[in-house]
Amino acid sequence: MSRTVSRRKLLAGAAAGTAAVAMRFPAPAIAQAAPFRLGLLTVKTGPLAQGGILMEQGVLTYLKEKNYTLGGRKTDLFTADTGGNPAGAKTKAQELVERDKVDAIVGPLAAFELYAISEYITQQKVPTLSLAAADNLTQRTPNPFLLRASATSSQATQPLGHYAATELKHKRTVTVSEDFAFGHEQMGGYQAAFAKDGGCVVNKLWPPLVTPDYTPYIAQIGDCDCVCQGFAGSNPLRFMKQYANAGMKYPVLAGEAGADDFLLKSFGDEALGLVSAAPYTLDLESDGNQRFVSGMLKNFDAIPGQYAALLYGNCQVLDAALHAAGGDIGDKEKFMAALRNVSLTDTPRGPLKFDHLNNVIGTIYIRRTGREGAKYGLKLWNKTIKTYENVSQFWTWPEKEFLAHPVYSRDYPPLTKC
Amino acid sequence: MTVRHALLAAAILALIAVPYAITEQYYVNIASQILLYAVFALGLNILVGYGGLVSLGHAGLSGVASYAAAYLLAAGHGHVVAIAGALAAGLVTTAGFAALSLRASGISFIMITLALGEIIWGLAYRWISITNGDNGISVATRPAPFGLSLASADGFYDATLIVFLIAVAACAIFVHSPFGAALAGTRDQPRRMNALGFHVWLIRFWAFMFSGLLSAVAGILFVYYNEFISPQALALTASAEGLLMVISGGAGTLLGPVVGAALVVIVKNVVSAYIARWNFLLGAIFVLIVVFMPEGLVPGTVRLFRVAWRSARRPKPATAAAAATPAGEPKP
Amino acid sequence: MTFWLLLTVNSITFGGLLFLLSSGFSLIFGLMRIPNLTHGSMFMVGAYLGTTFLSGTLGFTLDFWAAAVIAALEVAILGALMERLLLRRLAGQQLAQVLVTLGVSFMVADLCLMGWGGDPISVATPAGLGGFVRAGPAVFPLYRVAVIGIAVVFAVALWLMLERTRLGAMIRAGVDDPQMARVVGIRVSRLFTIVFGLGAGLAGFAGMIGGPILSVYPGLDQDMLPLALVVVILGGTGSLLGSFVGSIIVGFIYNFGQALLPELAYFVLFLPMVLVLVLRPQGLFGGQVL
Repeated sequence: MSRTVSRRKLLAGAAAGTAAVAMRFPAPAIAQAAPFRLGLLTVKTGPLAQGGILMEQGVLTYLKEKNYTLGGRKTDLFTADTGGNPAGAKTKAQELVERDKVDAIVGPLAAFELYAISEYITQQKVPTLSLAAADNLTQRTPNPFLLRASATSSQATQPLGHYAATELKHKRTVTVSEDFAFGHEQMGGYQAAFAKDGGCVVNKLWPPLVTPDYTPYIAQIGDCDCVCQGFAGSNPLRFMKQYANAGMKYPVLAGEAGADDFLLKSFGDEALGLVSAAPYTLDLESDGNQRFVSGMLKNFDAIPGQYAALLYGNCQVLDAALHAAGGDIGDKEKFMAALRNVSLTDTPRGPLKFDHLNNVIGTIYIRRTGREGAKYGLKLWNKTIKTYENVSQFWTWPEKEFLAHPVYSRDYPPLTKC
Repeated sequence: MTVRHALLAAAILALIAVPYAITEQYYVNIASQILLYAVFALGLNILVGYGGLVSLGHAGLSGVASYAAAYLLAAGHGHVVAIAGALAAGLVTTAGFAALSLRASGISFIMITLALGEIIWGLAYRWISITNGDNGISVATRPAPFGLSLASADGFYDATLIVFLIAVAACAIFVHSPFGAALAGTRDQPRRMNALGFHVWLIRFWAFMFSGLLSAVAGILFVYYNEFISPQALALTASAEGLLMVISGGAGTLLGPVVGAALVVIVKNVVSAYIARWNFLLGAIFVLIVVFMPEGLVPGTVRLFRVAWRSARRPKPATAAAAATPAGEPKP
Repeated sequence: MTFWLLLTVNSITFGGLLFLLSSGFSLIFGLMRIPNLTHGSMFMVGAYLGTTFLSGTLGFTLDFWAAAVIAALEVAILGALMERLLLRRLAGQQLAQVLVTLGVSFMVADLCLMGWGGDPISVATPAGLGGFVRAGPAVFPLYRVAVIGIAVVFAVALWLMLERTRLGAMIRAGVDDPQMARVVGIRVSRLFTIVFGLGAGLAGFAGMIGGPILSVYPGLDQDMLPLALVVVILGGTGSLLGSFVGSIIVGFIYNFGQALLPELAYFVLFLPMVLVLVLRPQGLFGGQVL
């Protein structure tokens, strides 16, 4: 992808988006008559509930801030609880689309849920802004009705691999992450970028999503100079604790969910020194983030992490696209184009824009967990130590070259001798 | 009997009319779900209700069929091969379940089927190279038998209805056949049946196979309905929900499992839109039914009506009771 | 070498935790002839209650051990209440009792989600046990070694209770032959309540002891219940020795299975349960309480 072209496109898009927001031109009368129906696919029951509840709080925080008005249209929110499994996600997507007649969906949470409903949202032509990262849906098998304003699974771990090799000067890594698409794609991204800069992944461990005790996996870690973990939900807490308890000393790197800011209140000293890469960071000093965090504290007394921040961002993108479309989403293809053209600067995560495959281009923050700078009554804090701006899903590879290799998976890239 | 036939015909007509009466695609899909879970519950009911053998591993049987179909479709085979393969896989697994579990009965039977169900779930969950683990397997298309597409909600409902009616008819024939009577005999008096020369083990084995066949059929419907399969569909909770359907509706009746399936599907999908704590509600309904209406909703309601009928006709208690109790009803 | 040592110690630790969980399960199963499917829920509730006492949200903070004991007592009362209010109504109907425990486990899981939210709660290692034990090249977390000690202490205490006390004698009689126990004048129904409460309390205690290792999260109940089932089926229902040996065996299978045979981890975990049920339904040590 040529940078100049995309930048020019982006500038045009940004101008349009800003103009739309600034002018607040009234939406057409037809659109104003009927409220905009927004569906939220989230998880409120079962093991993934903590992320799902934060997702809902992020959406509500934005809606409250905007007085339940998106793109000049009164907005009704329909929330559905998938139960955190793919079959439930399918049923609930049907419920939102067919019964509640939603105009757009934000969510779902997990990659396997998104894979399960991908076909369906294409059939039904429902604009969907997911949190879930299922890389291939904006890569080799793009879904025209999906806009991923969060990040692909590998979008943050590719810079992390670069950082580990070039700045931390690590040579050998053992990766450990959950045995599902999100974990595979995160670790694949780390491995590819790490290897590109001269590093080598010596072993890959895949505990299942539900693993009460990680020690059998931790026991297999050795012969390396750092560990990269890609855990999600509550799992990072247990992994880090058990890792420290086993007397392991290798420094730990983490993906976006592995050191999520909402975990800071639960982490203990075992998380000190954890280096993570994420598309959102709580310590970002910007008006957009301030507004978001104080909204979360005021409404829910909750210290947010990326689950809430990225859903809040999804709503911002939707809002901007609705403004640009004059509140009219009758033509779904046109609306998808409006979404793709959105470019914002004041989101909680900083500036963002989209590539032609509907995936976000934004800043990735490298953070180190420590005590310094802790706010909101927290004892620990993720302090940003480096930022990578305008990171695309292809990292520094040309798009063609990137798309020529298979999607990151359990076995790709393969382990090599080193 | 004519009243019964008329009611039956009316029920079938009503079921056929569902897609015409309900224009909302969503509710047609819910109706499809009820029917496909009803097939599953009918299968489980053969064992639980008529055989007296409570299985907590039946989701493993339907799950094997779902996975076999999804795996074959993903490998590029056609729908005929996938469905045949799924039925075969379901039946082979059922035979394995039966061979291992029928040495026991009662609580031990529950435990063995639970363990077998967990093994199947564990393989689906961890044998990544075959099952794709948590990511599951997607199914790209639904079949189009005789050129009729099942892609739409209505089309899929019609196909599910046909399968459901065949399943109900098969269960009715099975239950009323001498074999069904023998199965009920092994439930109530296994020793006496043995003494009478019946091969109790073999009767139970074939009942298990029939139950497994219906489970496999439900599994195939499930994978086509969702166009997706993942290990959650095989978890202990899924087996428990199946049991909940059978017990709450009324084990050992034909209508009971259907009502139970409707109850569970509606609480899970429809009520959950209004009440956040639907798991709690499902558990509470189950506990209340087991404690206060142990025979299940269908027989329980019938009983309540009878009680009401009797008290309304109190002046002539003897005749009313005689009239209200059909022959063959166990005496209180 | 470190790999084997670490996994071995961990297997024994996990076995110890499983023993705390499954000894009560086994006694209930042996006495009442039903698998109590809420046992995983009791484990989870104990852990949740314990963390609440630690967190200070109630206006006071308890020490880890005090929190564990009080949580265990509360869970014991819950268990006893469930036995009296629900299971008692269904006396003699084993199937209905199993189904009720299944329904209650659905309800408890949802209530916990309502009460404690979906956030995972990690439990701090109790003061003084945060260190390590060194053995040659390997380092073992002190707390995990301490869990083995706790399990042994409880095993001995339970053994003494069953062997030396009147209550123990009644339980043994009840497990051996409930009809006979009733005939000789043991009030079996009260015994059921006591044992149910005791089993639930042990599970609740185990939940809190497991907290620093596993943390507390929605779904913990469903992770632990099948493990307790495997242990008890393997060891034999109602057998204390059986649950002890079964726990250690399952601890080893669970740890080494995941490390060495990840694709078949659950297969090797549940296969022994099936084999025992088919080939030796009374379990390895069935029919004998001690």
